Amino acid sequence: MEALIAIVIGVLTAGGVFLALRGQTFPVVLGLTLMSYAVNLFLFVMGRLAIGVPPVISDAAAGYTDPLPQALVLTAIVISFGMTAFVIVLSLKARAELGNDHVDGRHEDSHEGRSR
Amino acid sequence: MNWLDHLPILPVVLPLFAGILLLALRNRSLALQRGVSMLAALALIPLALALLGTTADGTHLVYKLGNWMAPYGIVLVADRLAAWMLLTTALLAVFALLYATKGTDRNGRHFHVLFQLQLFGLNGAFLTGDLFNLFVFFEILLLASYGLLLHGGGRLRVKAGLHYVVINLVGSTLFLFSVGTLYGVTGTLNMADLAVKLAATPAEHAALVQSAALLLFGVFALKAALLPLYLWLPAAYAHTSAPVAALFAIMTKVGAYSILRVYSLFGGENSGPLSNLLDPWLAPLALATLVLGMLGVLASTTLRQQAAYLVVASIGSLLLAFGLGNAGALAAGLYYLPHTTFAGAALFLLADCIARARGEIGDRFESGPVMPRARLLGGLFFVLAVALAGLPPLSGFLGKFMLLQAALDSPMLAWVWSIVLITGLFGVIALARSGSMLFYRTHTAHDPAALTAPTNAVLVPVAGLLLLVIGLTIWAGPVSDYAAGMAAQLLEPRQYIEAVLRAAPGSPEGLAPGGASLVGGER
Repeated sequence: MEALIAIVIGVLTAGGVFLALRGQTFPVVLGLTLMSYAVNLFLFVMGRLAIGVPPVISDAAAGYTDPLPQALVLTAIVISFGMTAFVIVLSLKARAELGNDHVDGRHEDSHEGRSR
Repeated sequence: MNWLDHLPILPVVLPLFAGILLLALRNRSLALQRGVSMLAALALIPLALALLGTTADGTHLVYKLGNWMAPYGIVLVADRLAAWMLLTTALLAVFALLYATKGTDRNGRHFHVLFQLQLFGLNGAFLTGDLFNLFVFFEILLLASYGLLLHGGGRLRVKAGLHYVVINLVGSTLFLFSVGTLYGVTGTLNMADLAVKLAATPAEHAALVQSAALLLFGVFALKAALLPLYLWLPAAYAHTSAPVAALFAIMTKVGAYSILRVYSLFGGENSGPLSNLLDPWLAPLALATLVLGMLGVLASTTLRQQAAYLVVASIGSLLLAFGLGNAGALAAGLYYLPHTTFAGAALFLLADCIARARGEIGDRFESGPVMPRARLLGGLFFVLAVALAGLPPLSGFLGKFMLLQAALDSPMLAWVWSIVLITGLFGVIALARSGSMLFYRTHTAHDPAALTAPTNAVLVPVAGLLLLVIGLTIWAGPVSDYAAGMAAQLLEPRQYIEAVLRAAPGSPEGLAPGGASLVGGER
């Protein structure tokens, strides 16, 4: 279980980093989103994986799962959601202002603009 | 109900409520919005002074949100350093806002809302004693800064803004990875508690907490624009509007503050696996930043770009002081911090006045028309250049002098002295060249109507910031004594830790209903 989660986080992060290094704004936004998914999962797992136990200490329970990372993830999700919305709107504005969707505002017909 | 009990949270909630009020007033007259925004910014000064007075004897004011005891709840901690940063921010904000009310705030909607929320985030970041809460306040100030940076729009501004937003989003992700790792190992997020738990980390987790702490350093270095993470800064600062660039002079200092706060707690002498963690990194990188920033200053083609590179170079000097780490160097850095903030902000404002006064040619370093009121502008530029280049008699010189003196017993003595002095010479050359290009290599204006003479009202904020710099020079004695007090407090993290962890749940007056949710922490 731990290994599976670790691999998932690693793959998500690697994909996010790869996409964030692309030249067009859309893959960059996707990359940032993937990275935020990875970090949310990571934060969640930091409370350790526990199945079928209550989130608060009760005298009857044999163990409990840490409720704090869940609260942290909730905050992180809200923030990353807002940031993603903002960066999408900004990308659209950059597309309108710069005339193309390259992050440096290069022209479509230039050699470098294509190859990236 | 004693309002003094709530003093530490007032600088946080006041700009928040002012921002919300301004949002409600968005369809009312601009004069009313300006008035409300200005009053809220002005009110921060007495609050910061009150905090400064209360913490001057070395007490740590610990404010428990929702009256939850640390480390279970979020605490705000006001000590000498936090009060000092609050006062610097408040003074800077008043003058930046004063300049913005002369026309910048008309270029788009919600300028004042964003400005107040920016102050909310800044003040919160300076006061919080919780690592995750620091992340939340970073996000607040960043989101407000995205809006402010793009305010008014324009092609170059959007391009620079996109880079700024993307790189900061990556930074936020790394921040969360680092916080998550630290929580996973220690099970706490309260900075004082983290300091205790990290010092006692078992050996098998040493590599894990070291990598998390260095990752955190990387995030703060990104905010502070330390080499090699400074590339976003010159374009972003040079292309935004003048008052926003002036306010952003404090933004890089948030990164420097966080480095100082976090690593004075985690990375001091007796911190287990994290002991002296930053020693091999901070001072050398700061020296490299200083060199590169000053080369940028020499190579700049516009005055605003030059001002932006001066910000990079000043971060180099500041972090060099923090990196040397002895009491004298910390005091020098903390004395230098408000100086460089005010002088850098004043240069952004003055560059805007100069660009308007030169008409089409703007602030480019090319032979241009004679400016209207050139003597006044030139005089202001001269005093400012003296301050920024670190020449006597102004506070820039005193700060650098204190820094050089503190480096005397450092193993890096030769490097520090040679680089600080040579970059200082570069700064003098670059600013002298800019001044002579702007004010002497001129020709008679073909079309005097296209040149906007700066009014007295526009120059008041510039002069005000300059007066603050001169004030730092005149009262250098008491200010450097206070800076020495801050340095002493930072070198004794025990006091901070004990103040936070010993703070028992207070009397019912300490209760702030719903306080925790106010600052965005769901915990």
